[in-house]
Amino acid sequence: MKKQQTGQPMNRVDGRLKVTGGAKYFADHQPADMQYAALVCSTISCGAIAGINATKALRAPGVVDVVSHLNAPPVPGYKKTTPGNKNGLQIFRDNRIYSNGQPVAIVVANTLERAVYAASLVEVQYNQETHYTNMEASMDKAFQNNRMKDYSRGEINAWQKAPVTHSAQYTIPLEVHNPMELAGIIAHWTTPDNLTLYAKTQGVKSVQETIQELFEIPEQNITVHSRFVGGAFGMALRVWPLEIATILAAKKIRKPVKLVITREQMFTLVGYRPNSSQKISMGATPDGKLTGITHEAVAITSPYEDFTEGIVAMTKFMYDCPNVNTRYQLVPLNMSTPIWMRGPGEATGSFALESAIDELSYKLKIDPLQLRILNHADTDPERNLPFSSKYLKEAYQIGAEKIGWSSRNPVPRSMQENGMLVGYGMSSGTFGAYRGKATVSAILKSDGTLTLQSAAADIGPGTATAMVQIAADVTGITPDKITFMLGESTFPYAPEQGGSATVSTVGSAVSDVCHALLKELANLAISQVPAFKQTTPELIIYEDGQLITADRQTKITHEALLQQQKLPEVKVTATSQGGDERKKYSMYSFSVHFAKVHVHPATGVVRIQHIVSVADAGAIVNTKTARSQMIGGVVGGIGMALTEEAILDHRFGRFINNNYADYHVPVNADTPPTDVYFVNKKDPHINPMGSKGLGEIALIGFAAAVSNAVFHATGIRVRDLPITPDKLLHIASTENATT
Amino acid sequence: MNPFSYVRPNSLKAAIEAMARDHSARFIAGGTNLLDLMKNGVALPEKLIDINQLPLREIRQDGNTLHIGALVLNSDLAAHDLVKTQHPLLSEALLAGASQQLRNMATVGGNMMQRTRCSYFYDTSMPCNKRQPNSGCGATGGINRMHAIFGASDNCIAVHPSDMCVALAALDATVLVAGPKGERRIPFTDFHRLPGNTPQLDNNLAKNELITAVEIPPHPFTKHTCYLKVRDRASYAFALVSVAVAMDISDNVIRNVRIAMGGVAHKPWRLPDAEKALTGKTPTSDNFRLAANIAIQGAKTYAHNGFKKELAFNSIQTALLKAATA
Ligand SMILES: Cc1cc2nc3c(=O)[nH]c(=O)nc-3n(C[C@H](O)[C@H](O)[C@H](O)COP(=O)(O)OP(=O)(O)OC[C@H]3O[C@@H](n4cnc5c(N)ncnc54)[C@H](O)[C@@H]3O)c2cc1C
Ligand code: SF4
Repeated sequence: MKKQQTGQPMNRVDGRLKVTGGAKYFADHQPADMQYAALVCSTISCGAIAGINATKALRAPGVVDVVSHLNAPPVPGYKKTTPGNKNGLQIFRDNRIYSNGQPVAIVVANTLERAVYAASLVEVQYNQETHYTNMEASMDKAFQNNRMKDYSRGEINAWQKAPVTHSAQYTIPLEVHNPMELAGIIAHWTTPDNLTLYAKTQGVKSVQETIQELFEIPEQNITVHSRFVGGAFGMALRVWPLEIATILAAKKIRKPVKLVITREQMFTLVGYRPNSSQKISMGATPDGKLTGITHEAVAITSPYEDFTEGIVAMTKFMYDCPNVNTRYQLVPLNMSTPIWMRGPGEATGSFALESAIDELSYKLKIDPLQLRILNHADTDPERNLPFSSKYLKEAYQIGAEKIGWSSRNPVPRSMQENGMLVGYGMSSGTFGAYRGKATVSAILKSDGTLTLQSAAADIGPGTATAMVQIAADVTGITPDKITFMLGESTFPYAPEQGGSATVSTVGSAVSDVCHALLKELANLAISQVPAFKQTTPELIIYEDGQLITADRQTKITHEALLQQQKLPEVKVTATSQGGDERKKYSMYSFSVHFAKVHVHPATGVVRIQHIVSVADAGAIVNTKTARSQMIGGVVGGIGMALTEEAILDHRFGRFINNNYADYHVPVNADTPPTDVYFVNKKDPHINPMGSKGLGEIALIGFAAAVSNAVFHATGIRVRDLPITPDKLLHIASTENATT
Repeated sequence: MNPFSYVRPNSLKAAIEAMARDHSARFIAGGTNLLDLMKNGVALPEKLIDINQLPLREIRQDGNTLHIGALVLNSDLAAHDLVKTQHPLLSEALLAGASQQLRNMATVGGNMMQRTRCSYFYDTSMPCNKRQPNSGCGATGGINRMHAIFGASDNCIAVHPSDMCVALAALDATVLVAGPKGERRIPFTDFHRLPGNTPQLDNNLAKNELITAVEIPPHPFTKHTCYLKVRDRASYAFALVSVAVAMDISDNVIRNVRIAMGGVAHKPWRLPDAEKALTGKTPTSDNFRLAANIAIQGAKTYAHNGFKKELAFNSIQTALLKAATA
């Protein structure tokens, strides 16, 4: 029997390229005569540009041009909409300033240093208007749009009548993706209506589509390259004004232009997780049966776009509760537009929901894990459908056993170790398991190698590796002979890499195209090779790059088959998407996080000692890269729980910690031993592999596990992330505060 | 970044002369602070005088005094045998600073001369008296969670960010400097300044002077030491509050003790009254509590750094206890 490739911890197919510097990221490209750009960004938060004086900048050495709303080439696609009607920031269209850090000009020079210096010489005058960046102080502006209607089932606010209730407010600050690789683009108009882009993006096709709409040139005239992406976490899911600014500059000067933004600009130009305030109220019977949950969330958005995400989504179906109502509102502020950040809204919502469940458990005097199991939703209570697969209870069990949950003394502040307060906490997370539509081409060469092409992206999870494994299993070709190529807009369509859907969507298309390829080869053999005349494609055995008759008497290799027919290659293209299984089943991945923390009783410093994260994500295609995915999500979760907060000075509307030194992403020392487990059971309905998504659930719920553990350790409940030492300082004076 | 010229003198004399000729010039050592300041437009030198060729890299024992050249790297100093055995407090403090990569570049002189990390100081579109005298202090009415609770003025409430300097202040080090008029010695605790009406001045080094070395006199603190740094993440973060403690204990009596704090003032903050209160006492929690209480007298907090007073109070006790039981 041949070895199954999916499910193996196969090394990354591009690992060597990445660690040896062979992988070319967008900024590594160097078209001939390329010029360098730097942005001049607004220092006010609301108002209008009164004037731009570029005289000094233009006189500086090497400067080619300073492009702004005063002289930018027109963007034909802008015509269709009027500014301010919620269609995104139309960069360089007019003199309006909506937020601090908004680009007001792009300076182009023949070296990066010269561009940066000249940008510092551009003088901008503003007519300043009153700005609003403080959500708490702007609640009167809260509104709903039609993507965020109130939800209810059963009775509204039923929790109020319950014998045991809990109600509290949870806040999460603005967080910034901050991948290592900075955002930017290289734009090259090879002719007046042919544009080549080297982009940092999670979807080359969506870049192509946006540019086509804005510049009104045919799709095939726009080529987008993005083979390697140095992390994104959601920030590269759309085209941003910085990219349009570069394309406009390149158009104006008729040379390729490269822009790489600064770390500081990463805080204002490429989205963020919006800060939010959530009120969760819940009620239960004394024996722990939930009777009502009310979840009300408010988050921020920009003045020119309504950004919505699944903040209240999880509350609707996570627990078997007859009465649930949710409300979600937005507050528009003088800020740039947020964007999905790993785990997106569900990560935000789960902190509130999973903290609240924990709080309720102490009031009920029921173990928090037990309370979750008591209220486990066997079927989806929101849609009244069965789950396509749900192994959450197994995940709870694995996690509890591996962290040693049973040795936990349930009384808060009862456990100590080496002078540290010890706490154990847990939580769960969930995210929709999606499958979209994608097309993959398979090219089998007469040397026996297989190349697959699709315009998918890999922002780090190891997409190509998983695709090779899937293809190997279907075709019987060994992985070393298979190449999966992605990140080119000339390849067949694939959606953006987001929402944990790439393996499901593109993997299904890989599976389908490989089946189609085998069929093609079989038909070739049946019609041309005598020994195969009597058989059918279904009866043929496909192994090690060979076709074998059912009686195993005759074998022919792919090479031989193609060479006999004088075919240099066989090419098959297939498009794949799900059927109506989504109407019959609710599809979700689930995760469970357990954390053991130490809290220093005098300084309030929290150090996580041990993490166990368990995922019910269907069949795992690659246990090695999947584990890395989980650990990456956990690290993001540690940041959310303990360290990350982008701080604004509302007087100016400016960030005060917009750099890696002051905006604290976790470092290795913050990251304890992390044990990752997979239930690893196939979902029978979602796709041919039986794989659900993984990227988001790795983070969703994690922050609550930590804050629940901190409460267990200290008796102090922190509902306002991140849990920095100052918030736990009064441990000493809260000896008996356990509720 | 501004266009600038670059020179690399081979002698102390040439370095000092190069500085005297050009008012906007700056010395550059590891560059880990100066380059950031230049990129942010906070420092706009028209000339950089690279001092890395100067013979200031030696660590040697002069009698009972440890002589540390100004160009000794933070990582080399922390790992040096004489430092680890004779001045463990210094080694601990160094290792609590920045990250390994930064310590591999950062020099002793540069560490002393590093500027505050106050965000308003770093953002040229915000007011800051230290960067631009009389433009106002952005932090006083703004976000001041990281700011001073001791010795601040209405003009500036910034803190000095160094860890190394806290240990050197506790150990009564001396700074050796050279200038056009020759050499002079400055007691470490007099090197950095309080902001007063001149927040633009971090220290008492004259513009055209160069730090050549730091000397640590002999002391009995080889066993009971502790550098406690409380920070928002486990590494690579500046102190919310740090405490350096060195004690000499015999027969259960504190014969001699030094306490200094970081992250609380415009300079490394020695606590002479608390030291006095502990001298001759037994190393008990009660005595440590009394000392900590003395230490936080006079603390003045702002909108976001109120916690620092309690954190200082707790941290001093924790550090004293750790040192005593070390
Ligand atoms: C992200 C980050 C985190 C950090 N975290 C910490 C931390 O936690 N704790 C901590 O203590 N430090 C921390 N640092 C600061 C670091 O210690 C300093 O940047 C470093 O010590 C400066 O030394 P340098 O040799 O690189 O100085 P340079 O950058 O070369 O110079 C700094 C200044 O000193 C002057 N100078 C240098 N040498 C001399 C001399 N011999 N005589 C006179 N003037 C001189 C220069 O002119 C310049 O003005 C951090 C820095 C960064 C960037
Ligand atoms: S505290 Fe000092 S450094 Fe900070 S803004 Fe005020 S004056 Fe400037």
